Amino acid sequence: MPGYLVRSVAPLGAERTDLLLRDGVVVALGRDAASQAGSEDTVIDADGLVALPGLVDLHTHLREPGREDTETVDSGTRAAAAGGFTAVHAMANTAPVADTAGVVEQVWRLGRDAGWADVRPVGAVTIGLAGERLAELGAMATSAAAVRVFSDDGRCVWDPVLMRRALEYTKAFDGVVAQHAQEPRLTVDAQMHEGVVSAEIGLTGWPAVAEEAIIARDVLLAEHVGGRLHVQHLSTAGSVEIIRWAKARGIAVTAEATPHHLLLTDELARSYDPVYKVNPPLRTAEDVAAVRAGLADGTIDVVATDHAPHAVQDKDCEWAAAAFGMTGLETCLAVVQQVMVEEGSFTWADVARVLSHTPARIGRVTDHGRPIAVGEPANLTLVDPAARRTIDPRVQQTASRNSPFAGRELPGEVRWTFLRGRATIADTVAVLAPSRTGAHA
Amino acid sequence: MRHLLSTTDLDRDAAVALLDTAEAMAQTQSRTIKKLPALRGLTIVNLFFEDSTRTRISFEAAAKRLSADVINFSAKGSSVSKGESLKDTAQTLRAIGADAVVVRHPSSGAPHRLAHAGWIDTPVVNAGDGMHQHPTQALLDAFTLRRHLADGRGDLAGRHVVVVGDVLHSRVARSNVDLLATLGARVTLVAPPTLLPIGVESWRCAVTYDLDAALTDDVDAVMMLRVQRERMTSGFFPSEREYARRYGLDGTRLGRLSDHALVLHPGPMNRGLEISAEAADSPRSTVVEQVANGVSVRMAVLYTLLAGDLAGEGDA
Amino acid sequence: MPTTRVVLESDEISRALTRIAHEILERNRGSADLVLLGIPRRGVPLATRLAGRIAQADARGSQGQQPDDSRGPAPVTVPVGEIDITLYRDDIRRRPTRGLTPTRLPEGGIDEKTVILVDDVLYSGRSVRAALDALADLGRPRSVQLVTLVDRGHRQLPIRADYVGKNLPTATSERVQVQLAEIDGHDAVSISDAGAPEAPAAPEPSRTGEGSE
Repeated sequence: MPGYLVRSVAPLGAERTDLLLRDGVVVALGRDAASQAGSEDTVIDADGLVALPGLVDLHTHLREPGREDTETVDSGTRAAAAGGFTAVHAMANTAPVADTAGVVEQVWRLGRDAGWADVRPVGAVTIGLAGERLAELGAMATSAAAVRVFSDDGRCVWDPVLMRRALEYTKAFDGVVAQHAQEPRLTVDAQMHEGVVSAEIGLTGWPAVAEEAIIARDVLLAEHVGGRLHVQHLSTAGSVEIIRWAKARGIAVTAEATPHHLLLTDELARSYDPVYKVNPPLRTAEDVAAVRAGLADGTIDVVATDHAPHAVQDKDCEWAAAAFGMTGLETCLAVVQQVMVEEGSFTWADVARVLSHTPARIGRVTDHGRPIAVGEPANLTLVDPAARRTIDPRVQQTASRNSPFAGRELPGEVRWTFLRGRATIADTVAVLAPSRTGAHA
Repeated sequence: MRHLLSTTDLDRDAAVALLDTAEAMAQTQSRTIKKLPALRGLTIVNLFFEDSTRTRISFEAAAKRLSADVINFSAKGSSVSKGESLKDTAQTLRAIGADAVVVRHPSSGAPHRLAHAGWIDTPVVNAGDGMHQHPTQALLDAFTLRRHLADGRGDLAGRHVVVVGDVLHSRVARSNVDLLATLGARVTLVAPPTLLPIGVESWRCAVTYDLDAALTDDVDAVMMLRVQRERMTSGFFPSEREYARRYGLDGTRLGRLSDHALVLHPGPMNRGLEISAEAADSPRSTVVEQVANGVSVRMAVLYTLLAGDLAGEGDA
Repeated sequence: MPTTRVVLESDEISRALTRIAHEILERNRGSADLVLLGIPRRGVPLATRLAGRIAQADARGSQGQQPDDSRGPAPVTVPVGEIDITLYRDDIRRRPTRGLTPTRLPEGGIDEKTVILVDDVLYSGRSVRAALDALADLGRPRSVQLVTLVDRGHRQLPIRADYVGKNLPTATSERVQVQLAEIDGHDAVSISDAGAPEAPAAPEPSRTGEGSE
């Protein structure tokens, strides 16, 4: 099978070299690449491009089964590929909920058939996300989907006893409990960050303490029982402090931040445009600065998209009636480039760490997040960091339009994405898997 | 001025101009023939997603006195479900040919969405949205204050207004703080800490938990906010009795006010809770006058929004 | 190059008002039951001036008729008011929102009175139409008469003035500007061609240039 000779690319932004991708792996690097390349291999002039290991998202909503009007596994993973991802973790809040081996295997299989990116289903912690009884976590772990990440995302596992049990039980199969930290009683009818802006524009507040109180409790629980805790979409300065403290104590906790919490603030709610309605809510500029600092110093381990597609009617309405969430797969890398790389706190190696190596490690995804080296799986993305583009949701691959970055200019463009050596994105164009075109080689 | 969504949209001159126009409107309302032809042929829709007979009637009277046709659209209780309701209703109104929409909505920002989401292109008047704003209420309060404290002219520079009660959930408080500050008045909010929003320290006013202390500070007017019944059972304060004792305007507190000081209440009042009968019925009370002034102010707003060339004017 | 020429000087305006005052007295056989209502803005000072002149002339006239009245002439006052027509205009949605001015009726009202409307420029007649409508909402005068300082023609409604300071044939492209001491610091009526820039000091250009039309 012909491969790709990627010429003059900068792996992790370092010195330029050539890569030869063939048979799903990186077969040669540097001078060997060109010499081993054959005439049938496609040559990519990658001068100016940065090669990153294929990105791994720990937090994606693919909406299938149940809300195929907003996203499907196919459209969502195509969006992932367009954003440079080769693996995504599909959240469990589908209909039916991904709380059984049957549902997670279905999602996993849909991902495999679509061929854009590896789909790693996330299993629900509790049956129906109801927060009452543990779902069959072990069955999901040993299913074909090999679930390692469990989350009731969208809902907080609020009951401390249930949370303790989940942290304990998942130790048996090296699972991790990914917590959506939101104290429910403190956030009844909550619409946006509670602070100066909410006071003025009259939307019910979602206080920072509602997130921080749960994180504080959970890190102590994780310490007590020794399980693996992952804190999802951490959004406040206080949360960063708690994670920093917990890590200093040696607690096995990891944390993610979303691109929107790295860039956007609650001031945007003044427009009452529900495209800025998200959970946890956009916070203050001080929180954004603290989250960036936490990402820069490693307190926050990964960036995850919390890609949450929604139907037009669920956003084209008044704020309180609108759904929470924003799309993010196709803008994630650009935001990280803008706020971390261009601000000088990240190298491209750091980007690879927070968007590929570490999320793969947390999710126990073995063939992603690998070094760019001979013999490694050819899961790669090639980015043009010099490009600038104005975000237009209408031309994105996701089936939904609720991007908070619409109309904004962001840096960088994903030019190529390779999943096991196959170009899912070829010079910015999405390419169907051969198994789906009938063009078997 | 294209819409009236919030009192923060008004600078001092715009606010004074509206109040002056309201004075001119009030003058016409003492005539035998109260109807004026200014908005003849125009259709104003009162779009109420929340019950408020008082506000609706006031807007209706204002529109009719200016000869506009009025369509009352009460969306509450109809089959409107989330989301689609506001947009679909808006587009229905456009099809009907509404020239202006007066909207009351339980959700903060709904009038803002109506004005800016591109669903309709008519002027929008906010008749109260959630916990956000109720600009015509603030204008009628300012109008009432100006009549008594500034001879119905100019602004309220140097006057001290104390606003007491459930600030947290009150669009009346928010609109009034903004407008009174814009008009140069000093505003003090008084409430139990549970009924003040986090972030209130950024507002253009002073805040205290102590009503008696506030009332000793050269008060020109006391504005009592209504305490919604449902707050009483949700733990914002221990009991009605305690609330009345600490934050109610009773005869004793009334007696400590200087002679010219006014008592305002947006209505409807909870007698015995935030205001005693003695205070409500005292000669200082402008409660009834506020209702009459509401019509004049709303006439001024509708006139200002509709009786002009709309081309090329931005939000005021 | 835009040109502006003065067509009435201060003394001519004064003479015109005096003449009109006498015509009013003559036609109404004295000043009893007269009410002068100015149409803002410049109709209002004109009405006030006219009222003074009518009172003066009527007092002199009464003195002449009753020379042997030992008590001397009773001071004659002619009631003056102003009538805001803004809410009655038919072009209300074609212009920027106008501020309202208060309508002031003299004590005694207008019922069964002879109301003399006073405006600075008579042009299309639409302002007068609005004033007549406004009057009808305010009461029921016995009759209504119209004074204009300048009649520039081009009527669009069947309306004519009873008393005219000066008939001024104009082109529609021209602008007639009335300036009065009470508002503008001096008296003058001038015509400028279409290209003339609007007076920068004028607070409401559309109303200084062409009366209240």
